[in-house]
Amino acid sequence: MHGFANPARFLRLARWMMPLLLVTGLLLAMGAVLYGVIVVPPDRLMGDTVRILFIHVPAAWLGMAGWSTIAIASLVELVWRHPLAAIAGRAAAVPGATFTAICLATGSIWARPTWGTWWVWDGRLTSFLILLFLYFGYIALSGAAQRDMAGGGGGSRITAIFGLVGAINIPIINRSVVWWNSLHQPPSITMGKSSIDGTFLWPLLIAALGFSLVFGGVVLARMRTLLADIQAEARLRRKAMA
Amino acid sequence: MSTNSTGGIKPKHQRLVLLVIALVALVGAGLLAAYALSNQASYFYVPSDLVKDKPEQGRAIRLGGMVEKGSLKTRADGVTIDFIVGDGKARVPVRYTGITPDLFVEGSGVVAEGRMEGETFVADNLLAKHDEKYVPRQMGDMTAAQAKEVVAETK
Repeated sequence: MHGFANPARFLRLARWMMPLLLVTGLLLAMGAVLYGVIVVPPDRLMGDTVRILFIHVPAAWLGMAGWSTIAIASLVELVWRHPLAAIAGRAAAVPGATFTAICLATGSIWARPTWGTWWVWDGRLTSFLILLFLYFGYIALSGAAQRDMAGGGGGSRITAIFGLVGAINIPIINRSVVWWNSLHQPPSITMGKSSIDGTFLWPLLIAALGFSLVFGGVVLARMRTLLADIQAEARLRRKAMA
Repeated sequence: MSTNSTGGIKPKHQRLVLLVIALVALVGAGLLAAYALSNQASYFYVPSDLVKDKPEQGRAIRLGGMVEKGSLKTRADGVTIDFIVGDGKARVPVRYTGITPDLFVEGSGVVAEGRMEGETFVADNLLAKHDEKYVPRQMGDMTAAQAKEVVAETK
């Protein structure tokens, strides 16, 4: 694993991976969403509103996958002191928060015609809103840690600990509809079984794959930016010393 | 990384063990908290809760369950409806005056906000609860027996 610890090697890899992920992901996601909006038949109860599924579900998945990325990167940073892990965690925060916000917004728009309300404080919705606030906290903390690091502090470790502690919310989100009575329905896809009909399921899976690739591409792009920032700052400091 | 002062254990492994212990404690605490919340965090009561543990008359609560097939009746004024909410174990009669959400139909889930008045639950607001199934409309035209099976599964 430490083979990738070399930022130069990582940058060579990221240079061609990033556009590949972004282009394939955008094509897949756009194709699947367009197919879902135009071709897929309406749902037996919800009618045309079911089409928002193809954005809402991938956004929910990536909101949670984003924090899982942060948690794994935090663990690797704390235990193995991997130099790229802190950067990977920080790079995943903004796209993760964006998908979380998209999930909350589309869910709210979907809830109005189907449930008859924009928002309820049930377990699923509340725990997902907490996820968005955790992202805001993480982004603020990592920004402060970066400024602190320029002054020689060890703030990055606090960010990583926050990333690990926040991960407790992920299983709570996942189980919220099972543990507690909630207005949100129980999971449709569980361990190899799906109560979503194939006509909806396939475009949904392709949309999820496409959005995931876009997410990966954005993370790589942000990692390159963060690395370039660090290099530029180091160069400036050397110049100031000379 | 290779030097260590604690004898035997590499600092890398020491950190790993410490973090794993911390994570186990954290997950344990989280699960305990979630378990303790199990009743308070529920968004609504189901009918068997209300029958087992009668709430005070007039206290604002939410009742959730399935709208019983064939129980939905509209009164003479045209806007007041009566129906029965059941969870397979208990049944509670509900009265509601107002406009219902589109997805409010017999055999489907509902969450009613309101209070108990006598033996009847008087709702101020109805929320439709969708099940986890997504089926295109063509398949929606299934036989009554199939529909019944779907409803039974979603209970």
